[in-house]
Amino acid sequence: MRSVLPVLSVLAVIVGLWYLAVAPMNIRVALDQAERGGEVVTPETPLARQNVSVWALMIRNPDHVRAGYALDRPRLPTPQQVGRELWKTTGAMALRGRAWSKRSLIYHSWITLQSTFWGFLLGTTLGILGAVAIVYSRVSDLSLMPWAIISQTVPIVALAPMIIVLSSQLGIEGRGVPKAIISAYLCYFPVLVGMVKGLRSPRRDQLDLLRTYSASGAQTFSKLRLPASMPYLFTSLKIGVAAALVGTIVGELPTGAISGLGARILIGDQFGTPLAIWSALIAAAILAGVLVTLLDLVQRITLRRMGMQA
Amino acid sequence: MSGEKVIEANGLDLVFQTNDGPVHALKDVNLSVNKGDFVSFIGPSGCGKTTFLRCVAALEHPTGGGLSVNGMSPDEARRKRAYGYVFQAAGLYPWRTIANNIKLPLEIMGFSRAEQDERVNKVLQLVDLEGFGGKYPWQLSGGMQQRASIARALAFDADLLLMDEPFGALDEIVRDHLNEQLLALWKRTQKTICFVTHSIPEAVYLSTRIVVMSPRPGRITDVIDSPLPADRPLEIRDTPEFLQIAHRVREGLRAGHSYD
Repeated sequence: MRSVLPVLSVLAVIVGLWYLAVAPMNIRVALDQAERGGEVVTPETPLARQNVSVWALMIRNPDHVRAGYALDRPRLPTPQQVGRELWKTTGAMALRGRAWSKRSLIYHSWITLQSTFWGFLLGTTLGILGAVAIVYSRVSDLSLMPWAIISQTVPIVALAPMIIVLSSQLGIEGRGVPKAIISAYLCYFPVLVGMVKGLRSPRRDQLDLLRTYSASGAQTFSKLRLPASMPYLFTSLKIGVAAALVGTIVGELPTGAISGLGARILIGDQFGTPLAIWSALIAAAILAGVLVTLLDLVQRITLRRMGMQA
Repeated sequence: MSGEKVIEANGLDLVFQTNDGPVHALKDVNLSVNKGDFVSFIGPSGCGKTTFLRCVAALEHPTGGGLSVNGMSPDEARRKRAYGYVFQAAGLYPWRTIANNIKLPLEIMGFSRAEQDERVNKVLQLVDLEGFGGKYPWQLSGGMQQRASIARALAFDADLLLMDEPFGALDEIVRDHLNEQLLALWKRTQKTICFVTHSIPEAVYLSTRIVVMSPRPGRITDVIDSPLPADRPLEIRDTPEFLQIAHRVREGLRAGHSYD
């Protein structure tokens, strides 16, 4: 319970800064609207206002700062507006039994979550297999590792459309598979690096001990290397699941997808509805938080059952 | 003592090739260890005492000379489970209970479940850790952990125990206690023990023979057969006989070691 206060303090600071930022971000829009409503603002025309800083506009039109907190299409919505929009598209729709409507963020989150899950599964499997190959064979250490590093220097936004095009050339229907591949592409790397470190974590004398028993390679793996790598694995899985989610959203962005959180963000951008963008962003953040927390829970349970203090 | 040879080294040589040129870790080492002996290897760092033990365990391979363990090559002897090895760090797996740590070699060697349990109980008793089988390593003190690692080395009935500074990281009070227990264990089990140490009193107190070694190149400078009786209370360390042997070991170390 002692940690509640610092957590709430940080949250309060973030929300406070957010509220403060709304005023300068929205003052221009607020003044434009007031001008169209027949009010007199200084300077009077949008053209004249263009070269005046937001700070000066706020000082010269103090009465209109308030209006920036209640706009329909704000540059930066207030936390309250985002919260209301989020509730409108999730809880409120669920209460009316419309959780799976195309306008519900629950539906879009579910679409994103599915791809994230498959991408995470694929990426984790590839990461672990790659790590085993790298640890057990010097050839793959030399040949695989550089490619793994290079793969992460290519911007995923550039790669995502190509993956979509290539998979449709291969006759793969729908967005699910290419999205999962993009997601896996981002997710396998932390798992690979973490598992290489984990599988190599046993000390010299721990390996020597098994040699004195004439243990086979498979026994060394199952009795020493694999269990020793567990703490490393979970740390990388937590990074990996967040990366998988980012990968899925990126996979939904430039590809003309119509469902998923990434598609919501893109559509919100195209139709000029910042509230939709922000609520989709917050939904993605909440989703990532839930996934990481879930993995943290699995980690605690697993390590405790293994007798290690987590 | 039957005089049956357990370890026999003839003109043993081991040269490591390093980036700074060849390092002579062992040079012309001649030694035989008889069944039931308690042999200590003492000397400064780099004298090859640990390397010799690792050669016996087939963890290193000599570059010259002959070495046999139970009349076989070290590799063969290892496959026949001739020895148990105790490292300086207890090296218990943190994810296994004490009992399961002791079962580790038994699982690898394919003992049946029932036999595993039976052996675990037996060796836990030997090292005075009855009732601790269900604990995890972090719940035990350093001395108890090292006793558990000795139990692990005893679990599969090897007649030879190779111990590489097993008590080096423990404080002196715990170490005295463990030395006493180790002697009792040795008498009860009739094992042959090779024991690497940095401590002169430890070597003299425990051993029937003390092998004094010196570095660059690693070699044997003196082998002392201890005249001390088999029954050794800790107080024996204050007797003139004890001090005399300790003195000879110290002389041997000084002679072989150039302080440059």
